[in-house]
Amino acid sequence: MEDMKGIILEYIEEEYIDEDDADEIELDENTPLISGGIVDSFSMVSLKRFLEKKYSISIPDADASPEAFDTVTSIIALVKRFQGA
Amino acid sequence: MAYPDAVKAAWQAELATMKDKGLFKEERFIHSPQAADINVEFPSGADLKDVICLCANNYLGLSSHPDVVKAAHEGLDLRGYGMSSVRFICGTQDIHAQLEDALTEFLGTEDTILFPSCMDANTGVFEAILSEEDVMISDRLVHASIVDGIRLSPAMRDTYKHANMKHLEKKLIEHQDKRARVIITDGVFSMDGDLAPLDEMVALAKKYGALIFLDDSHASGFIGKRGRGTHEAKGVFGEIDIITTTLGKGLGGASGGCVSGRREIVELCRQKARPYLFSNSVAPPIVYGALKVLEILTASTERRDKLEENTKFWRQGLIDAGFVIKDGDSPIVPVMLFNAKLSQDIAKDLFQEGIYVIGFFFPVVPASQARIRTQLSADHDIPMLEKALAAFKKVGEKYGILGLDKKQIIEKYGM
Repeated sequence: MEDMKGIILEYIEEEYIDEDDADEIELDENTPLISGGIVDSFSMVSLKRFLEKKYSISIPDADASPEAFDTVTSIIALVKRFQGA
Repeated sequence: MAYPDAVKAAWQAELATMKDKGLFKEERFIHSPQAADINVEFPSGADLKDVICLCANNYLGLSSHPDVVKAAHEGLDLRGYGMSSVRFICGTQDIHAQLEDALTEFLGTEDTILFPSCMDANTGVFEAILSEEDVMISDRLVHASIVDGIRLSPAMRDTYKHANMKHLEKKLIEHQDKRARVIITDGVFSMDGDLAPLDEMVALAKKYGALIFLDDSHASGFIGKRGRGTHEAKGVFGEIDIITTTLGKGLGGASGGCVSGRREIVELCRQKARPYLFSNSVAPPIVYGALKVLEILTASTERRDKLEENTKFWRQGLIDAGFVIKDGDSPIVPVMLFNAKLSQDIAKDLFQEGIYVIGFFFPVVPASQARIRTQLSADHDIPMLEKALAAFKKVGEKYGILGLDKKQIIEKYGM
């Protein structure tokens, strides 16, 4: 769990946060990503692809909702759901 | 005639929520032709007010230019009001083809196809040319119409951090297995006023075998020494595969847009792009007006030169007054306020001072990036801009933000 959290947070920081804004954005597992304007719903697709590749899962589009991707905590829950499926 | 109460109530609630959140857009009625100074009724029913307009896309001041108006009259007299048909049935006049040729020449491409608007061009082009084998890699700040167009295409989509070439390169490497890689960008970004680094993008496109799509709506007619666009300004004129642009901004400001670029792409749009196939093209008066606009801009760079001078004066004036603005060279000059309410309050006060501007905030711009976007025109003159600067200073002083940097404004007003 801890490891997955670290990996996802690192990806989000690298993929979505500009170097200029890095100091202003405090990122943890409960930071609202989409509703907080850090990840726009349109750019979410790269995160989805990253998770699918990294954890060898397939997340159907219907499950890849902005709500499911809004925090690292909810993303971990989603990944675990499909890992178990 | 069934309008169920539950549906009506839901829609009313949605509208009420927009009003509560301050997201409800109200139109201001202009009682004069579009120009640097206009006569405005706002709010609805209020007395008319003369204001300096700093929020139009009338970059070259051609919206009400007498020669353009005269040409449109000629078009109306000689070719009528409308076509009553889509292009491929009986809605194409020779002048549509003439305008397409003139745009091809002006933009430095192989061929051009007109669309009813650039919104239509952007929503039509990707679906017409790309398939599941391809990938679209777009800048994260591209215009909403491009986002809609990307959504309509079956190709894979990906994005890169705004103007970040390292990130773009990473994505190009990642997608080497695709048939076509299309890099998608605005030329001048509409909310920030910065120019895409097209020179670097062309180099990357050559290195990794990618096409470039450029929406130059906020550049055509005035960016670059001859006003041909961002590709001219960045030294890559003639090297862009797909350019979309509008006739609704600098190029006369009426309506209409186009896809201009590789011959096969344009031809595929003519055969398959749905907004082109299922909607009338631009009406004859607009075609005549647009042809005149291109004639004016090809004959002289006077108007884009004047716009450049106005832009320099305005940018320097705002900096000297102590405002935080976004760096750049384009006539889109965002005055950064960071706080949504502050942007609305200042825009309102400026209107009372006779300056018409609009405040933008999330979700139109990223969170905590609220701003007033000012836009220059070749129709402005220095006394007008001096008056506008005096108003900005007066209002800026009232809110105590002059001389404050980003951090200090956020400390004072919050994000």
